[in-house]
Amino acid sequence: MGRGVEDFIASEFEGLGSNLLFVFSSPPESETRVTIQPISTNEVDDLLNPRIAPSIGTIATETIVGAQLVGPQGSAQVAISGVSANYGEVRARPVLPGGAFISQGDVDAAARVVLLGTTVVETLFGDKSYNPVGEDIRVNNRSFTVIGVLEEQESGGLGILDDANNVVFAPITTVQTRLSQARTRDGGYRVDVMHVQAVNEESMDAAALEIETYLNDAHGIEFQGEQDFSIINQADLLTSLGQITGVLTIFLSMIAGISLLVGGIGIMNIMLVSVTERTREIGLRKAVGARFGDVLGQFLIESVVLSLVGGILGIMLGWLASVIGELAVPTLTLTLTSDAVILATGVSAFVGIFFGLYPAVRAARMKPIDALRFE
Amino acid sequence: MFGFLKSKNGAHERPVDAQGRHAVIDIRRVAKVYKMGDIEVHALRGVDVQIYEGDFISIMGPSGSGKSTLMNILGCLDQPSQGEYYLDGENVSKLSEGDLARVRNKKIGFVFQSFNLLKRTSALRQVELPLIYGGAGGRAKRAAAALESVGLGNRLDHLPSELSGGQQQRVAIARALVNEPAMILADEPTGNLDSRSGSEVMQIFQRLNREQGITVVFVTHDPWIARHTRRIIMLRDGLVIADREIAHPLVAGEAERPSEADEMETLFKETYYGGKKDEYN
Ligand SMILES: Nc1ncnc2c1ncn2[C@@H]1O[C@H](COP(=O)(O)OP(=O)(O)OP(=O)(O)O)[C@@H](O)[C@H]1O
Ligand SMILES: [Mg+2]
Repeated sequence: MGRGVEDFIASEFEGLGSNLLFVFSSPPESETRVTIQPISTNEVDDLLNPRIAPSIGTIATETIVGAQLVGPQGSAQVAISGVSANYGEVRARPVLPGGAFISQGDVDAAARVVLLGTTVVETLFGDKSYNPVGEDIRVNNRSFTVIGVLEEQESGGLGILDDANNVVFAPITTVQTRLSQARTRDGGYRVDVMHVQAVNEESMDAAALEIETYLNDAHGIEFQGEQDFSIINQADLLTSLGQITGVLTIFLSMIAGISLLVGGIGIMNIMLVSVTERTREIGLRKAVGARFGDVLGQFLIESVVLSLVGGILGIMLGWLASVIGELAVPTLTLTLTSDAVILATGVSAFVGIFFGLYPAVRAARMKPIDALRFE
Repeated sequence: MFGFLKSKNGAHERPVDAQGRHAVIDIRRVAKVYKMGDIEVHALRGVDVQIYEGDFISIMGPSGSGKSTLMNILGCLDQPSQGEYYLDGENVSKLSEGDLARVRNKKIGFVFQSFNLLKRTSALRQVELPLIYGGAGGRAKRAAAALESVGLGNRLDHLPSELSGGQQQRVAIARALVNEPAMILADEPTGNLDSRSGSEVMQIFQRLNREQGITVVFVTHDPWIARHTRRIIMLRDGLVIADREIAHPLVAGEAERPSEADEMETLFKETYYGGKKDEYN
């Protein structure tokens, strides 16, 4: 189960595209600076200059603004992502046949076009599988043309629980000029996120350093703590998530360990009571010829059967939980692996033997005459 | 010629009686002391008894005289504090627990006053138990035959809760004899039964003794039951105070049971050794 979650999260992040750096504005840590200077389109242009940042391949830009969308069947308040034309490749978001991603022409003309995720299609047109390409919707009361629908994605983005299909894309220039007043002081437009692709995987660190050096200079930053932007490496994200899931696994193992201990002590207790209650039976068995090993075996088998029954119930509960979990979170695939079943069976048999040993030895050691006299 | 074999058992000569029968049980100066904290209870103080193949013996004596203690030692359920016990010529007073279990399984059938049947276990399974621990084959058939021989051939699948006291004791007897032991030991086997069931049990013991020559030793407080045997051993304060042959044993199921007082009188006369009447029970 812990491992299932780990795999799930890792695959989630592979969906983001490879050798990516995310650069976005963020509040400085230090109190010596309180203002955030937004990243501007001019800065993006500079970073695309190989003489300034030789390790950067391409940059997809994104500016986000909230907007009211109205379609024939409904309306929605959504965050529209204004994106550059290369965003589709950088972030690997294909468009369903019949539509097209935002083109450079759309960006240059600040065209009034939108791309919709399937969840938005369902809200506005009433049906997820409806093809609205070519139809008009209203965005903040202005007419926009739908040019494509994004292929459905299992989930995605940075927020795991966000619906990756509840998105609307428009040309970044449209968002910057028509849907908001995103001017910056240097005469450019505000950019919320830079999706930076390094020239290759080895240049990731170099690219991050180039961006940092350039933005420090451009934003007049003197100390690390004053930085009003963050650079996040996809690999870093994966490792920190790996740590989180690692902690999760340790935590689950600890719970499992404690449960085993508690269950084992429970079994030992039941067996001790059973041995005491059946003292006369033990005496009788010894009187008719049962040896140490016979009595030991009898009680060990009983405790193993007891804990195996518990183990099988546990496996059935686990299977039920995974079925319910999949129904609740359809994007999550929880499988009860045969490894887990074999492990659970083996561990419960071991618990039965380990915690059943002491009661069984006590039973087997009884002297026949003392056991028979027991009231 | 086989002297060297005997010397292994501490130069033990197996006793033979007047009719040429070998001793099944031969105990020498057997004592048993129970320690309860600082107090020592001398339950047996040096008992010598020889019991021969095919004997039919009752052990009597007042409460606390050591009858059960002696029976437990004879049944290898307990070991003497002192003295030797030769069972079928084998010195069993120094055996390990594992070897004692084998002896109990192969040579002894024990019948208890309180039956000691397993709950929720059919009569057939109860009787199979000694065969299981003895590793014997054909268990169901042998167990069924044993139950047949005590008149319970039609009760194989009954649980103890579905049987009368007398029937339960007969299941216990079948369990004791299924392994064809050298002897059957019974501590007050009729103690928990009414006189009719007790008489049935006596009939079975007499028949086993007469037809199959099985040695039977039991403890009883009932003089009339004791008169069905051929020899009475009297215990008092951990010592044997009388050991008498009964000239004319009763045949179970034939004689009417007389009044308790008459009965006591008869037994007293028949086994008189000089003591008082109230020493019998
Ligand atoms: N386990 C024991 N621990 C201590 N003393 C014991 C134990 N068993 C028996 N005794 C003592 O040993 C003596 C003989 O006991 P035993 O049970 O052999 O008598 P009994 O002849 O069978 O009596 P009853 O006719 O009442 O059954 C008694 O004084 C008894 O108190
Ligand atoms: Mg007694």
